[in-house]
Amino acid sequence: MKLLNYFRGEAFQRGVHPASRKEATADRRIRRLPYPPRVTVPLVQHIGKPPHAIVKVGQDVVRGQPIARADDWLSVPHHAPVTGVVEAIELRPTARGPWAQAIVIRSQAGATQEDLWGKTRDMEAATGADILQAVWDTGMVGLGGAAFPTHAKLSVPKQAKVHTLVVNGCECEPYLTCDHRVMVEEADDLVRGIRYAMRVTGAVRAIVGIEDNKPEAVEAVEAAIARANAPEGAIHAEAVPTKYPQGSEKMLLMALFGVEIPSGQLPVAMGMVVNNVGTLAALGRLLPLGQGLTERVVTVTGPGVARPGDYRVAIGTPLKFVMDYAGVEAKAGLDRRQVILGGPMMGQAIASLDVPITKGVSGVLVFRHDDMLANDRRKTYPCIKCGECVESCPMGLNPSTLGMLAAKREYDLMGSDYHLGDCFECGCCTYVCPSNIPLVQQFRVAKQILRERAVA
Amino acid sequence: MGTVEIRPAPHVRGERTVEKIMLNVVWSLLPICAFYVFQYGVSALASITVVTGACLLTERWLVRTGTQAGNIGDYSATITGLLLALTLPPGFPLWMGAIAGFVAIGLGKGLFGGLGFNVFNPALVGRAFAQAAFPTAIATYTPSFLPGRFTEFIPSSLAWPLMIPADAALWLKAKHLDALAGATPLAKWKFDGVMVGANELVTSLSGHMAVGPSPLLILLCGSYLALRRYLDWRIPMSILGGAAVVAWALFAFNPTHYPNPFFMLFSGGLILGAVYMATDMATSPVTPRGMWLYGGLIGLLTVVIRYYSGLPEGVMYAILIANAATPLIERITQPTPFGKSALAARRGASYPLNPSYISREDAGAVTPKKRILKNKPKRDERRTPTH
Ligand code: SF4
Ligand code: SF4
Repeated sequence: MKLLNYFRGEAFQRGVHPASRKEATADRRIRRLPYPPRVTVPLVQHIGKPPHAIVKVGQDVVRGQPIARADDWLSVPHHAPVTGVVEAIELRPTARGPWAQAIVIRSQAGATQEDLWGKTRDMEAATGADILQAVWDTGMVGLGGAAFPTHAKLSVPKQAKVHTLVVNGCECEPYLTCDHRVMVEEADDLVRGIRYAMRVTGAVRAIVGIEDNKPEAVEAVEAAIARANAPEGAIHAEAVPTKYPQGSEKMLLMALFGVEIPSGQLPVAMGMVVNNVGTLAALGRLLPLGQGLTERVVTVTGPGVARPGDYRVAIGTPLKFVMDYAGVEAKAGLDRRQVILGGPMMGQAIASLDVPITKGVSGVLVFRHDDMLANDRRKTYPCIKCGECVESCPMGLNPSTLGMLAAKREYDLMGSDYHLGDCFECGCCTYVCPSNIPLVQQFRVAKQILRERAVA
Repeated sequence: MGTVEIRPAPHVRGERTVEKIMLNVVWSLLPICAFYVFQYGVSALASITVVTGACLLTERWLVRTGTQAGNIGDYSATITGLLLALTLPPGFPLWMGAIAGFVAIGLGKGLFGGLGFNVFNPALVGRAFAQAAFPTAIATYTPSFLPGRFTEFIPSSLAWPLMIPADAALWLKAKHLDALAGATPLAKWKFDGVMVGANELVTSLSGHMAVGPSPLLILLCGSYLALRRYLDWRIPMSILGGAAVVAWALFAFNPTHYPNPFFMLFSGGLILGAVYMATDMATSPVTPRGMWLYGGLIGLLTVVIRYYSGLPEGVMYAILIANAATPLIERITQPTPFGKSALAARRGASYPLNPSYISREDAGAVTPKKRILKNKPKRDERRTPTH
């Protein structure tokens, strides 16, 4: 099967092959990170509207108890990640910079931190609509990093009919291994989650796309599929040739089926729904228990980490606590510029070290001080028109020309003639650019300006 | 808290840097230069040194005065110098070489703003200038492999600045060598109707013939670069292919009047131009389809200029014209974005599956018929980002 993929040739056109650097954590079991003395649960951890807090300062909460309710379709509830007392509901720093409302809970010393909330559900009797409501109640968002509310993603528009559920186990970002470990260790939960999602969406089959640098994951998932005795062939795992950015929905669908999702449309337009393995594995575990999402698996790794690994972290755990536990050496005082949330290609540099782990954080990447400086010292040249970026853009854009137009502030032209809107900020162009031009950053700015102009 | 500076993703970068690309090109040019010196002796060595030196000095001066971007640490001026020297005759007066080098960087590059901004290949700008300013000197070739070439300069090399160089023909006569001297194979074919054998063209080893650097060696060094992806193989391929097709068509049409395509490819500067000049990144298109078009255009123009103009050699003008056409070529050959091709629409309708998948499909799960949404999904639902 794997060989076949090689002969089949490229999974999708262009793209890049950054060094994977997953060795440090790929073979370690997921470990539980201790509960921190205090957690900070920001109200907005997802794409969409904030839910509103339903607890008061000073109130006792038990782990798993709902603490924020979603009133809007594009919003999710939150559950208390620890047993303890609500200490404050106030503005707290977020990774992106601006401060935002968050619920701070002091964990109760000596609490067993058992998940006491939640009623078991009879999943066999539940209808698709019941399951969808249950998914919403778990407060699930895409755990792959985008943090889009999962119930919204699983609900199929009326006009559409879904035949295929694609489960995204590519994890194409370098360094990250949390999805990999989840597939290896929680394959049964994953398969259960897949079956729930199939019932919600009405899909008749599910395909787990896994990059072929994770053979154990493919095996584990295949074994779990066999154990689950699902209808023959309804679920299966498929290895796809490793390449960045395979984890992007459109690229994965291209790799699996050779279909190009038309620009500006969603996979559901072609009868497909894509979900991340971590998300579905968490659903597979939480739904029958009727519990909410209170923790997630986070890869803590990078050259600056002494004890890299995949940790099960309570939502809201302070970043500093995670780094201390994993052994981040901070002799000269840790510089926040060394730390990245998510993968190195699309991850988020942080504005402050005082931010919590949220539902969408798949990794904490810590570089050494020297790595950071080395990156800084690299000279930036004008575009030499080498064409590398054109050869690597998975969306088939021309980042070279786009970059030049951005420098001239020709934003409208970028949008109208050079398809800026199709850029999904994967970073391939910047990664390959020998002149070290921050192309993606320029595109982000340009898109923002175009959005503002469209509103105005 | 001081300034908040958030680094944009991606936080890792590829291996490739401008310096690395340029340095690799310089390395690959060195064997060619060494062979050139081996062919023509000290005069060639002096010419390479002086021309490259002039380019570097000019670059340094222009960067210092803030006229242009880049710096001499990026090795691009070195490449310009070496290439320029290789296109000049070995006995080219050194002072003229220095001026050509100055013009190459100053007019060809600095004037446009430096590295990456130039429209024309700087080495060719230098050469075009030399061709216009010193038409005799640039057409005066001496034979290769002259005895004593390592101890004695070709007299024209050492001409005083602004002085007319010594006549090479007289010098050669004194050495009892005149028959084949002083002309490139192309000039001989064009003006005297003499064709040179394939062997001599390809290896440049047979001596007594002013053939310039060996095409085989250039192809070898070029393929090193192409394999390591420091130059785009599409450009030389399409140039040589284009020239061969046009030359072959004309040859087939009238074999007595037109030379065979092989002669076209391996004579003159076509190989050097195709491998090293036309592939200059800043002046060639970035779009893959544009590269084919650009190369084809150069191939066509080269043959046309060689056959129908008063000049024996057309590569230089062909490349310069194509350089000028590059922005236009890029405009009309923009890549088709993912999800926007006509093909995608067709494919989407028939929904083909990966064959290895169909074999596993159970009877119940039939491949559905086309189910494209009639109405676009609503705004909120369209915002699903990638995982
Ligand atoms: S990779 Fe960088 S230098 Fe090369 S064409 Fe693209 S923007 Fe220009
Ligand atoms: S960031 Fe945008 S322009 Fe750059 S490679 Fe990715 S999709 Fe293409």
